[in-house]
Amino acid sequence: MTIELKQASEYIWEIPKTGEMLVPGRIYADAGLIKHLVDDVNKGKEWNALVQIRNVACLPGIQKASLALADVHPGYGFAIGAIGAFDTETGVISVAGVGFDCNCGVRTLKTQLTRDDIKGKEEGLANELYKVIPAGIGSEGKIKLSFSQIDEVLVKGAKYAIECGFGTQEDLTFMEEEGCVRGADPKTVSREAKERGFNQVGTLGSGNHYLEVQYVSDIFDEKAAQAFGLFKGQILVSIHCGSRALGHQIGTDYLKTLEEASRRYNIPVRERELVCAPFKSEEGQRYFKAINCGINAAFANRQVLGHLTRKAFASALGTEERSIRTLYDIGHNTAKLEKHKVDGKGKDLIVHRKGATRAFGPGRPEVPDAYKSIGQPVLVGGTMGTASYILHGTEKGMEEVFGTAVHGAGRVSSREAAKKRWRAKEVIAELGKSGIIIKGHSLSGVAEEAPGAYKDVTQVVDVVHNAGIARKVAMSRPLIAIKG
Amino acid sequence: MPYEFLEHEADIGIRAWDKTLEKAFAKGAQALFEIMVDIKKVKKASSVEISCEARDIPALFVEWLNMLLTQADINKMVFRDFKVTSIEPFGYDLYKLKGTAFGEKLDPQRHILKVEPKAATYFGLKYEFKDGAHYLQCVVDV
Repeated sequence: MTIELKQASEYIWEIPKTGEMLVPGRIYADAGLIKHLVDDVNKGKEWNALVQIRNVACLPGIQKASLALADVHPGYGFAIGAIGAFDTETGVISVAGVGFDCNCGVRTLKTQLTRDDIKGKEEGLANELYKVIPAGIGSEGKIKLSFSQIDEVLVKGAKYAIECGFGTQEDLTFMEEEGCVRGADPKTVSREAKERGFNQVGTLGSGNHYLEVQYVSDIFDEKAAQAFGLFKGQILVSIHCGSRALGHQIGTDYLKTLEEASRRYNIPVRERELVCAPFKSEEGQRYFKAINCGINAAFANRQVLGHLTRKAFASALGTEERSIRTLYDIGHNTAKLEKHKVDGKGKDLIVHRKGATRAFGPGRPEVPDAYKSIGQPVLVGGTMGTASYILHGTEKGMEEVFGTAVHGAGRVSSREAAKKRWRAKEVIAELGKSGIIIKGHSLSGVAEEAPGAYKDVTQVVDVVHNAGIARKVAMSRPLIAIKG
Repeated sequence: MPYEFLEHEADIGIRAWDKTLEKAFAKGAQALFEIMVDIKKVKKASSVEISCEARDIPALFVEWLNMLLTQADINKMVFRDFKVTSIEPFGYDLYKLKGTAFGEKLDPQRHILKVEPKAATYFGLKYEFKDGAHYLQCVVDV
């Protein structure tokens, strides 16, 4: 197997349009990151990201290019770190472009505390967070809903959590879609999905999901940091999780629906997981409405977790709950209806971001007023031992990559390999020496998430920064990590 | 065993095999739950009947695994043993499976939690019969 790859500019590589490809593949990376992708192909690895990028370039109605950013790594169907934007008239919608954890994303809260304020109190805060944040397999949320109330969550998203007393109206101002995407129809979500989901609102989950207490270690852009309300030494909390089992079941249910649809509409499928339906078809519309339900469930989930975090800070440190404000809340597994310029013309597109964060530039109506002159905050999760970044969207990003940026470091080592290489207790001890407290519900889960299993987040972020599709505002380093 | 985990950067590939197709399906299910907990710690205290269908054997494998995840979650259970009683063709493009999953209520203290599988996917999906055994594989999103 060979895949032709050409360097188009310092940070852009292209897979030229050949054969059944409707557009080229385009990857934002540096030479080191590209080498890793090419090595996978040369070693004959069947599951590799370059083939996945090429396959997505063959799907009907795809616009501009099959895109991937610096955190790209092999997924299922779509690569993780991939963007596929499709014409709403001629294009398709795909389960693999969203994944089985719809609107998995990050919420970052900003406190008025500094690193010095919590010095010596970290262990107490970690224990309190571990106690109040439901996490791990089988955990249930603190918001008690009846089965019928789940429909309200699916339609109203974070708004419903606030109606139930979890958080404040101001939180909504600083969420993508103000915490509630329109076009959600609970009738498109199966009974099984609702049964799995109604007692999981406000739970972290497991795997790579986490809650981290961090401090701002570096400010790169003073003006933007000021607009975002960030300062050096400030304590932040980042929550990474998604729509839980409800979202998983939506993916599972619609994988079957879309497989039938692919056959019915004669859509050529190069990889079975890439089954899809025309966006305008009955099946495509049903799936889109279900995704919107999943998106709202994830917003509600992070809303409840944000509220519990405030409670934990109040209880452990006496912090006033109102002083902990939402910086932003953003998804990175979504398919969304957006307007973008293609060949100079405004077009309605269904934009799939699989492990990629929306990163809208300045002036876009979707960006909160307080951030409008800067562009939306982009929350990039790091690893337990390294750093997270806050970037802002740019005009260049709007033009080149449909207003999108990286979502995290991106894995470089498989979970199996990670477990063989690192032992959880050693990882915890090692991080402890650097002043990072890890509280995990699963020891093997901690080993799989060892920082060494990931790419260097700084290298990944520098690519999008230097390419100009998003710009660095601040970096934060972890102090406490709660793992599922 | 006989099942094994295959390297995938973000997720986990599973491959299961046995002399009969039914047994290979059961082994695949064990692999799935081994991702979640230490299945040796799970007791066979109760069971859930499973029936599902799909248009071909590989898709039936994914359907079976996903049905088990759904049932485990809804019943707040975890499974360790599986018996597939029948896999039969029905018409010209449908296969039906009947089986039973054995396990007990999830106990986070005793079961040694690992990572929660989100879903079995069609990615890397393969079914083959070679050297007298049925082989099934797919990638599980975790």
